[in-house]
Amino acid sequence: MELKLILLFMVFGAVIAVKIEDLLSSVIAVGAVGLGLSMAFLVLKAPDLAITQLVVEILCLIILIRATINKDLPLIKDGRWFFNTVATLLFIASFLMFAYFALLELPDFGKPIMRVAGSYIANGLAKTGAANIVASIILDFRGYDTLGEATVLFTAVIGVLAIIRKVGRIKK
Amino acid sequence: MKKSDKGMTLIVKTITRLTVGLILLYGIYIVLHGHISPGGGFAGGVIIALSFIHLMLAFGKEFALKKLSQAAASLLENLGALMFLGIALAGLTGGYFFLNFFINKGKPFTLFSAGIIPLCNIAICLKVGAGLFAIFAALILFDSSQENK
Repeated sequence: MELKLILLFMVFGAVIAVKIEDLLSSVIAVGAVGLGLSMAFLVLKAPDLAITQLVVEILCLIILIRATINKDLPLIKDGRWFFNTVATLLFIASFLMFAYFALLELPDFGKPIMRVAGSYIANGLAKTGAANIVASIILDFRGYDTLGEATVLFTAVIGVLAIIRKVGRIKK
Repeated sequence: MKKSDKGMTLIVKTITRLTVGLILLYGIYIVLHGHISPGGGFAGGVIIALSFIHLMLAFGKEFALKKLSQAAASLLENLGALMFLGIALAGLTGGYFFLNFFINKGKPFTLFSAGIIPLCNIAICLKVGAGLFAIFAALILFDSSQENK
């Protein structure tokens, strides 16, 4: 029940974020969606994800507000509403049709297939000695995945620092 | 130079002076207890980066960059990445990649337990915290350099 209320709140926040004209209000609506997602993780009993989602959301909000607060971007609102509406309806219809067939195949919500994870949960404490099962999975059993994730972040930082660097730039 | 570059009002500065140390300490706590309680290297690293960003927003960019310059942040990020890779490679001495190579893993539910997991948490914390702070500092410096032209 709480989960559905939070999901409804997130959908409303996302619609407002797309439809509102003021850029700062849109960023704040995106932040509300993120906080709703953090609460949803907490309801689903995943505190690790909730903490990470909360802090990353705050960091993204600070960066977005710092980036958008002085900019006045023009908004395009002219014509072509008929084509846009038809295209949107077509995409929604095709998505719903695909989702109807795809979601039938999924297991029920909250009843995962415990083929691999079952052995992690049974032997995690004995094999790694870590009381937090999430840490024992992401840093021991699945350390290779975490290495890939760390590489993604490393590449992103290097890309940002290379694009907006100050040294070596040609002066106008 | 703009007024906002020198920081915010006295109220914000006073509150920041009181809270920024607590935020940094909380981030370190989250990182070091990542294998016992919820949290871990990623969340703790972002909290540590947020404490420095808090300093930068309240006191202006020169003050925060004096505490942790952009070059030092880049160096710490590379150090964290190399440390994580080094821990992974050290497992090869016992047979395979990412082997938890400590024989005595310590008592569960205590701070010194779980073998390589706290070390990995510290490495990821250095990487994430320093990397995100470097991105934020680069964006701020880029923004102000555009305005001066």
